[in-house]
Amino acid sequence: MSGPLKPKHQRLVLIVLALVALIGAGLLASWALRNEASYFYLPNQIASDPPEAGVAIRLGGMVQEGSLKTLEDGITVAFTVTDQEAATVPVLYRGILPDLFVEGSGVVADGRMDVEGTFIADNLLAKHDENYVPRELQEMEQHQAAATLVGEGKPQ
Amino acid sequence: MIAELGLAALWIASALAVLQLVGGVLAQKQGGSEMAKLVRPAAITQGLLAAFAFLMLLWLFAITDLSVKLVATNSHSAKPLIFKLSGAWGNHEGSMLLWITVMAMAGGLIALVERRLPEKTMMATLAAQAFVGIGFYAFLLLSSNPFERLPQPAVEGMGLNPLLQDIGLAFHPPTLYFGYVGLSVAFSFAVGALMTRKVGPDFARAMRPWVLGAWVFLTLGITAGSYWAYYELGWGGWWFWDPVENASLMPWLAATALLHSVSVLAARDALRAWTIMLGVVAFSMSMLGTFLVRSGILTSVHAFAVDPERGSFILFLLALYIGGALLLFALRAGTVTEGERFSVTSREGALVFNNVMLSAILGIVLLGTLYPLLTEAFDVRVSVGPPYFNPVGAIFTVPMLIVMTIGPMLRWRGDSFDRIKFPAAIVASIMLAVLALVLVLGSYGILPVLGLAIAIGLGVASFLPLRGRKLTRVPIATWGMIMAHFGIAVALFGMASETAFSEEKLAAVSVGDATDVGPWTVVLGSVEPVAGPNWTAIEGRLQASYDGSEPILLNPQSRNFWAPPQETTESTLATRWNGQLYAVIGNQASDGRWQLRLWWKPFVTLIWYGGILVALGGVLAIIGRVRGDLKRRYVRARSDQRREDAAAL
Repeated sequence: MSGPLKPKHQRLVLIVLALVALIGAGLLASWALRNEASYFYLPNQIASDPPEAGVAIRLGGMVQEGSLKTLEDGITVAFTVTDQEAATVPVLYRGILPDLFVEGSGVVADGRMDVEGTFIADNLLAKHDENYVPRELQEMEQHQAAATLVGEGKPQ
Repeated sequence: MIAELGLAALWIASALAVLQLVGGVLAQKQGGSEMAKLVRPAAITQGLLAAFAFLMLLWLFAITDLSVKLVATNSHSAKPLIFKLSGAWGNHEGSMLLWITVMAMAGGLIALVERRLPEKTMMATLAAQAFVGIGFYAFLLLSSNPFERLPQPAVEGMGLNPLLQDIGLAFHPPTLYFGYVGLSVAFSFAVGALMTRKVGPDFARAMRPWVLGAWVFLTLGITAGSYWAYYELGWGGWWFWDPVENASLMPWLAATALLHSVSVLAARDALRAWTIMLGVVAFSMSMLGTFLVRSGILTSVHAFAVDPERGSFILFLLALYIGGALLLFALRAGTVTEGERFSVTSREGALVFNNVMLSAILGIVLLGTLYPLLTEAFDVRVSVGPPYFNPVGAIFTVPMLIVMTIGPMLRWRGDSFDRIKFPAAIVASIMLAVLALVLVLGSYGILPVLGLAIAIGLGVASFLPLRGRKLTRVPIATWGMIMAHFGIAVALFGMASETAFSEEKLAAVSVGDATDVGPWTVVLGSVEPVAGPNWTAIEGRLQASYDGSEPILLNPQSRNFWAPPQETTESTLATRWNGQLYAVIGNQASDGRWQLRLWWKPFVTLIWYGGILVALGGVLAIIGRVRGDLKRRYVRARSDQRREDAAAL
């Protein structure tokens, strides 16, 4: 290990080692990304192609009117997330609801499905104000607004 | 009038930047140019004008001039003065003006104080600084004018996002910007050195204080940002791997690598091309960070207004500068002659290892941050979080930290491992002992356990370079290194301890009831309505007692701001030497009970104290290096003087 390397080779060896480490990091990263990234689902996607229970995913949708209730322990909150296509996913969340979390508004939740098809949320991202909206949520609201407009334009 | 003065100053400053670029480039011609004489004054005046423009913006915010669009959309007359001022940079236009200001002032400062570099390299450096500046002036003046007037003055301002009305946040963005933009100096130095092919110890010594300075600000900015997120967002976490957090971490990683390679270049004249490359990469990461934050392209707690036009403008600048610099590097790197050689077991060897590991971590963070953008192109939505970053990052962080324990003890050029066998064995046995102890005490995750062991080993090891030395004769810069390395150990201990030993309690409590978390007993005394200058709130009155001792009062709030209308959760903290109690109050359930979320986080504060120590270490290193340079300059000047005197005789 000790003692200077042959001068001619030193630069080359350094470069090769650095490249090996960096490429290794890149390969490792891309392998890990494929396994560890959590995918974004809408309720209808969960209905049509349910993710494996226990795998970290992100769920986005609207909190269904009248579905929000606090369970008996006073901490766990249950509500239903829905989308335009009327698929629904029941959600359980233990914790303090974020500011401006209301029924009829959008929500993005980090968490996983359990075996019974309930989404267990670890974290809820809700809208804080007009300037601070999770991006998936913003797009969803645009869709919803578009859908509403189309709906209004229809002859009765 | 004030707004127009500010705008005029900006236009003149941008014109001066053009002059600075032209003069600097002409100075590269054989025989130089008369224009070159204008470069330094142009750089200094440009810095002053940009600073003037920023002061004008601060003034507009201080007096809440509602005829200015930026003030009207981001401020409110009923806001404490400090938040009026911090509102000046709490928005897109103002923060870009701050960016320009810091960049122009840094350019002016190099022009004013830097005397070590050959004149030609200096001119190329200032030209590069001006070239980068011009792009950002164009961005500011053409697409985000902070001084724009409204056709009709507004009656009242729209207010500042309440999340941002916080003292920590008043100083977090400017600190980060000083770091981001300070790295532009490293970038310009690198480009200047490539242009003139003058890469060597003098170049490294000239560049080092700037890198150190930028790195100190980045360290403080990240530390402050982490603490702000911790207590303001009310989620109790200190790092979320949020894209914008990563955007500040990536330049820090690159700057940390640069800091170490520049030391090798200064002391041993090795790693020439690599140091130049890192100078380019570090500032590229700063610009990428700005792009990620300012374009709102990623989902983030920081992603404010999404504006595709601005995003594409910054993306264009990013491509131009990074692409240009990398192209220059590709063309010129081969002509940078190879530096001195060294053995694998040597200080240089350890530092190369550090650099490779830091680069690998940087690559991992970069890939993880950009991956969601990549998949989105294929219409697949993903988010990348701790399950990716923590284990993958650790694979490279752990070996780096282990080598960090012995690296500083190795000698330059070549050393034998035998010489440091004894201290290395001590460090290794400390780590193993801690590892065994924690494993016996309980079952925790592998990362926090490794973290605790390495933190304690590194904490001890960071002082080992002092072994066998006379403490009074250890250079200040060495003390700086020791303090920074010790700071890393302290912060790591805090992170590992928080992860392993935190206790969380989520409870629904009636008024008068008690609940336990860790060694604490918390009683909900009452819940009262309270009011502030621009908000009302409900406030929980908690009596928290640690292990049966005298209770302290905590008042977590749930606030309603009315300008703009928004709710925020104000957590409260009870800090002890051995950790923090963190309390948040939530909604009232239908049966009258209140939700409380409590955490006991042992030694969590060490995370930020560690960050501060690291930054202080950087400050010590700057003091030591600058003093050493001044001394060297003085000695050289005196010997020149003597030679002249001798020749005159």
